[in-house]
Amino acid sequence: MLGRGIIRGLIETGRNFCGSYHDPARLTTVQYPEEKLPPQENARTIPFLVYDGADPLAGLRCTACTICEQECPAHCILIVKDTVKKPDYLGKMQFHPKVFDIDIAVCMGCGICAEVCPFDSIKMDRVFELARDRRAMVFHKTDLAKSNEYFREIHPGEAAAVDVARAEEQRKAQAKKAAIPAPAPAAP
Amino acid sequence: MNALDHVFISVLHKLAALVPASVQPLVSMLLIIAGLMAVFGTCFALTTILERKTLGRMQNRFGPNRVGPFGLFQPLADGVKMLIKEDIVPFSADKVVHFLAPVALTVPIWLAFSVLPFGRNMTAIELDSGILFFFAIGSASELAVFMAGWSSQNKYSLVGAMRAIAQMISYEVPLVLASVPVLIAASSLSLPDIVQAQSGFALGFVPRWNVFTPWGLAGFALFLTAAAAESNRCPFDLPEGESELIAGYLTEYSGFKYALFFLGEYLGLFAVTGLAVTLFLGGWQAPAKWLEWFPSWGWFGLKFSALIFLFIWARATLPRLRLDQLLTFAWKFLVPLALVNLVVAVAWWQSGAWQFASALEVRWLLGAGLLAVSYVWLGRGWNGGKSTLRQYSYAE
Repeated sequence: MLGRGIIRGLIETGRNFCGSYHDPARLTTVQYPEEKLPPQENARTIPFLVYDGADPLAGLRCTACTICEQECPAHCILIVKDTVKKPDYLGKMQFHPKVFDIDIAVCMGCGICAEVCPFDSIKMDRVFELARDRRAMVFHKTDLAKSNEYFREIHPGEAAAVDVARAEEQRKAQAKKAAIPAPAPAAP
Repeated sequence: MNALDHVFISVLHKLAALVPASVQPLVSMLLIIAGLMAVFGTCFALTTILERKTLGRMQNRFGPNRVGPFGLFQPLADGVKMLIKEDIVPFSADKVVHFLAPVALTVPIWLAFSVLPFGRNMTAIELDSGILFFFAIGSASELAVFMAGWSSQNKYSLVGAMRAIAQMISYEVPLVLASVPVLIAASSLSLPDIVQAQSGFALGFVPRWNVFTPWGLAGFALFLTAAAAESNRCPFDLPEGESELIAGYLTEYSGFKYALFFLGEYLGLFAVTGLAVTLFLGGWQAPAKWLEWFPSWGWFGLKFSALIFLFIWARATLPRLRLDQLLTFAWKFLVPLALVNLVVAVAWWQSGAWQFASALEVRWLLGAGLLAVSYVWLGRGWNGGKSTLRQYSYAE
């Protein structure tokens, strides 16, 4: 009969109307500034630079190899190499970035930089409240440097794997170092 | 008749007494106009926010809750936004008509409020043919809608306006036909008289409102359906169907002119809802003897708000009709049913003289039976029984 569907629909919306007042679980809206969703491990927004130790600038893993700069599809990374080399965690002499800028207004968060980085230095962050009241959207290396503890906190799985790999490399390097001087005295 | 019931009238008399007697009629008329505009302007603001909140709740959302406590200052923010927005007139538009259209829509709708009885002795103009005036004035809004669509020089505006004209003219027929039985029952065209004719109680407790008769109930449903279409409310809001026509005849309007159209639309809804309350729900009469301590304008307000809520509820529930469905619904369902209703009303009126034992029950059974049979029969005809595959001439 004509009108049955209308009555059924009215009952449904009426039930929603009353239900949304006494059953807050019906309201799926998250009222953003006051309440936020729990952060997701696989969320990614803009890149950041991982550092080890206490000093953000001294402990940067980045060696200014510029692979990320070349791979970036949006060309939002600018790297200027330092002129002096400093030893890295393996004891090798490496360059460090004098300038490392990311224009986050241009960055599209694709994560290619983090994928191509051979030093596990650049990783994807999950901060998202990046709105500014002026065009100060270029992040310098001081803004980008974040500790390894932070990396462990936001991506526990990936950070643990990186830590294991780096510890393994470091152990191998030390073993090699220890092995090289050993045959030297035996030669003569 | 207590003081609270008369509060508006006594305030009006006191204010009018402050000026010399020669200008008193003019001043009291101006005061009434100001009062009506203030009350229904506030009502408009409140309805916009409450409608959005209700719609939200019916879809399990919060609705606007950011501006002020519970979002109650939202209409204020909207109003400021509308006022300070740039008013853009299209280059090729007919500038004069484009400017006049929102005014031409709003003025007649304000005039329609002048004949509605909002409470005991609270009718601005007691016209003997008030309902005729109401419908005559109400049909002037069609002209304004077409002015808006024509002058914008925009295809969407024009199509929207054409739809609006087709819809409003079609639905005016069932709207008037549904209210004719009430005029027969009251033997008057004056709205205060119609309210007066619905006073008293049948069997001691059922109020003699028109809605409590078979023809009144059917007429009320028909009237509300046609009223929703008349004021372009969902599910009959095709003239501004944003999925097809951007905003219909409102497409080229911005800023305060758009706000005027919006105001006109809601005021049209208020006016026709006020008429529905007057014709079928006993106007300002209390539903029971012991409830008469509550002021008459309060009862009008309560019934009015209930009907507005019904319209919002329908808007949250029903999807928009297609244009041919809309017109078929008016001409093949509502108009025949309104005619049947007219026959039932006349039969009810004629059989009022029956004296045998269970005359009331027999009258009810006959009236409601005839209406129910024609409802089912017409409803099946309207659905077309089986649905057939639609043939598209141009889209292949």
